[in-house]
Amino acid sequence: MLLSELERIGRFLDPWREFERINRVRSGMAPLSGCEFPPINLWVSAENTVVTIEIPGMEPDSIDIQVVGSTLTIKGARKAFDLKAGEAYHRRERWAGQFTRAVELPYEVDPGKVDARVSKGVLTVMLPRAAADMPKKITVKTV
Amino acid sequence: MSTEKKEVQVQGSDIQAERTRPRRVYTPTVDIVEAKDVIEVHADMPGVDESCVELKLEKNVLTIYGKVEAEIPENHRLAAAEYGVGDYQRVFTLSDEVDREKIEATVKNGVLRIVLPKAAAVKTRKIAVRAEA
Repeated sequence: MLLSELERIGRFLDPWREFERINRVRSGMAPLSGCEFPPINLWVSAENTVVTIEIPGMEPDSIDIQVVGSTLTIKGARKAFDLKAGEAYHRRERWAGQFTRAVELPYEVDPGKVDARVSKGVLTVMLPRAAADMPKKITVKTV
Repeated sequence: MSTEKKEVQVQGSDIQAERTRPRRVYTPTVDIVEAKDVIEVHADMPGVDESCVELKLEKNVLTIYGKVEAEIPENHRLAAAEYGVGDYQRVFTLSDEVDREKIEATVKNGVLRIVLPKAAAVKTRKIAVRAEA
């Protein structure tokens, strides 16, 4: 299957990512802060793509998911604490703010069959390939 | 850390025992907020719910451990990964001002919230001053 798009996103676009990953593995930190938030994992098969995104602390209805053609766009926000008088941060490592992430998939998606669910702070989006975009098998006839 | 105050310290890996499960362990990112009566710790642990998170208090060392079962979609292969799936562990040393009996923890949407109430002895008290007769 056509993977060039995914490989471009994942592996070849950013050579620094590998250094960053090594650095994080060495320091035992979670592999996100400093990277783009929220982090995305992409699973692919011939007919389907599964996108999983870590969105801890976000309500499901505050996430906006859109699929146009072969592009998946996810928007959302995570609020920081509303510090009241007398409250203070001792440590502030968690990410807060608004985000927009877009992923270009290697094929057209059937928007009617897209399924998204949130469980334990992980968003899973199923993106089945559009039937019109499926590879067609061509039988060879003998003349 | 200059912003860190004396009440809550984050420790490295002083009391780590060998684990029996061969898997990656990540350090969750945390926010620590101190209010008048409580100290709240919020830790990002996506993939964790109340059944698989463990809090252990030993003397003055609080250990958070979250077990995560990786959910791998069948017949799919990983094309791009920005995060890794693994367990979570982080260790904190509590000061004497935390009331150990009243520590509470909740999990919601993959965020662990620990409420550490301050002991009555260390709460600021106002002492009324009376005029001497």
